[in-house]
Amino acid sequence: MCLAVPGKVISIADNDSAAKMATVSFGGIRREVCLTLVPEVRLDDYVLVHAGFAISVIDEAEAQEIFEYLRQMDESPPAVEGGS
Amino acid sequence: MKFLDEYRDPVAATRLADEIHCITTRPWTIMEVCGGQTHAIMKNGIDKLLPATMTLLHGPGCPVCVTPIELIDKAIALARQPQVILCSFGDMLRVPGSSRDLLSVKAEGADVRTLYSPLDSLKIAEENPDREVVFFAIGFETTAPINAATVREAKRRGLPNFSVLVAQVLVPPAIAAILDAPDCRVQALLAPGHVCAVSGWIEYERLSATCHVPIVVTGFEPLDILEGIAMATRQLERGTTTVENQYRRAVKREGNLEAQRVMNAVFEVTDRSWRGFGVIKASGLVLRDTYSHYDAERKFTLPIPAATESTECISGLILQGRKKPPECPAFAVRCTPARPLGATMVSDEGACAAYYRYNRVPA
Amino acid sequence: MADEDFKLSCPIPLSEYPHITLAHGGGGKLMHQLIDRLFIPSFDNQALRAGHDGAVLSIDKSRLAFTTDSYVVDPIFFPGGDIGSLAVNGTVNDLAMCGARPLCLSVAMIIEEGFSIESLWTITRSASAAAEKAGVPIVTGDTKVVDKGRGHGIYITTAGVGVMDHSLTIAPASVRAGDAIVLSGDIGQHGIAVISKREGLGFETEILSDCAPLTDPVQRLLQAGIEIHCLRDLTRGGLASALVEIALSARLHLAVDEAVIPVSEAVRAACELLGFDPLYIANEGRFIAFVPLQQADKTVEILRVQAPEVTPAIIGKVSDAHSGLVTARSVIGAERIVDMLTGDPLPRIC
Repeated sequence: MCLAVPGKVISIADNDSAAKMATVSFGGIRREVCLTLVPEVRLDDYVLVHAGFAISVIDEAEAQEIFEYLRQMDESPPAVEGGS
Repeated sequence: MKFLDEYRDPVAATRLADEIHCITTRPWTIMEVCGGQTHAIMKNGIDKLLPATMTLLHGPGCPVCVTPIELIDKAIALARQPQVILCSFGDMLRVPGSSRDLLSVKAEGADVRTLYSPLDSLKIAEENPDREVVFFAIGFETTAPINAATVREAKRRGLPNFSVLVAQVLVPPAIAAILDAPDCRVQALLAPGHVCAVSGWIEYERLSATCHVPIVVTGFEPLDILEGIAMATRQLERGTTTVENQYRRAVKREGNLEAQRVMNAVFEVTDRSWRGFGVIKASGLVLRDTYSHYDAERKFTLPIPAATESTECISGLILQGRKKPPECPAFAVRCTPARPLGATMVSDEGACAAYYRYNRVPA
Repeated sequence: MADEDFKLSCPIPLSEYPHITLAHGGGGKLMHQLIDRLFIPSFDNQALRAGHDGAVLSIDKSRLAFTTDSYVVDPIFFPGGDIGSLAVNGTVNDLAMCGARPLCLSVAMIIEEGFSIESLWTITRSASAAAEKAGVPIVTGDTKVVDKGRGHGIYITTAGVGVMDHSLTIAPASVRAGDAIVLSGDIGQHGIAVISKREGLGFETEILSDCAPLTDPVQRLLQAGIEIHCLRDLTRGGLASALVEIALSARLHLAVDEAVIPVSEAVRAACELLGFDPLYIANEGRFIAFVPLQQADKTVEILRVQAPEVTPAIIGKVSDAHSGLVTARSVIGAERIVDMLTGDPLPRIC
């Protein structure tokens, strides 16, 4: 379940409304998204958006880990432990 | 698109698939909990890259599939009332109730509106003060805080013509029910990444220890799923049973505390019936007393006939991972997306629909 | 059909769908079921059985193409067009898919009481502009008004006649194993443009419909000597539905590569957000062509020159490995089946 798509916060509405709204860019399009559930978010952060709300701020450093791991794999191929 | 495209790289996918082949020495059975993960596996053909001895079972993480038939019947009854505007996520429109679905009721003239965000239902309520707007609030922990925030906002705006039909469910009790079943074949779990982005994985540590299964919190892109499977396989080969986090870029152990706070402020835990499972204790959410006047089931009196399920449909066994769709005698014969007998054939992420669309070779 | 006893009862079991639902008009399985089981057997004749967008008729020494289509789009006005331009281009394109040059069109309007005259004027001018751009006169028409509440604003039906200046049989039956599948440009523009204006599903970026006449690119291919075996414009149901229809009609296997199917950044982002698969999203100015493999590169080049702003591509091949099957190589290199949807794609959050 739970289709959530990453997007970049490009502007945050400057009002005191309880439903804190922002404009998020998803690469090719922009949409209004509610930031109420991620009070720690800042401009230019990437957020995961589900049903019009940001539910998580993406940790960009962690996002690179898998690619670092793959680079290491390329440099030292794993020992063949079992059959394919 | 950043944080999507990189996780669809074919060379990296092959590399991870090779790794899985290298480290697998025995047959293993892994369940991916989330319907979105099932969909990604089928659509991208990930299952075809795995060792032949590895079995993937598809779990109950499809809130559309597990929404009790009585609630769909109630949504339909509400939609048919002329003063009601029934707002729903698109996912629910084709799921069969006892005798029909919301789409066919819409075809008859009921005012059923598809939304992307529940906040839009508040806008509809404000623009139609003489109508009653009911929002069909489905979902797991990912969606619960969003539905909660919407109800909270309705209260803040003082909207008298807004209510929610609550069908919220929680993942861990369903997993516990599956793992506790005597014929459970699941040896490792891929936990739902977006649910955990909200709830964290602390509760899954308890499950892992009690049921002795490794659990990997996993994302939804091909590289996420392959890395998740690799991490689960490594644990299975080693014999360890801990919780690991593959979806590191989005999930923290404690989850999203603010989202949990909003969810808990509006909802409280209750027993809930799951379509295909029966009642699972403490597995659902209901509005707290302070918000109970937004509960559509209290606001409207609805005569509901006893819900009837197809006797042939084995959705429950599919959702529990005890059967796979092709093992159902009705699959692709009497049960198709055009004429679904149960919810798992309707929802885009129901296992039966995924198999039908991506795996079945037409006769 | 001739072998069956004449049956007075409806061929579609009432227990399935006693009433028409919206899915019956969605371009997917239910619509095809309605056409195949209710309409075609009732009207049965050779031209209809060819199963193509337009009927091909031989009159004296000429071959004419004849087609009709109805337009019920909501919203009536969308970024990049309206029901008027859609109604003209849609029928012009059905003729183009037979390899025909359009000769003339008819336009029949069913207008709801209370519809704004100004909107009607805008739609009429739009239809006129589209007809002029396509080089085809609107020679006859009809106007009806229905009671308020019975017409959803306006419905338009257009019919068109075209002439075929070539001797090819452009139809699914002409598709051959080994043919290349060429897509004329990026997909999903129209469907996303329309949905972006729908309440609750919109976003701020403007995506324009790709609504356009296709006569010109097809005529250029014919004039360059491309031996076109089959053409199909992509409309409701998207690229996937067009591929499945042809695979079933031709009884062949179509294999495409998802990684090379052109999708604009904006359409892709919208699809990711709303949970759509671009393969199933409606288009109004794109087509697929089945041509001999050795002419595929030349086909793409001619299309690129004709419309530099779109991105034509060879997206797959035809084989006889299976009958009536469409498969796609996913972005990570594994194969999956492409099937028709049951009804319109619905946005999802799960």
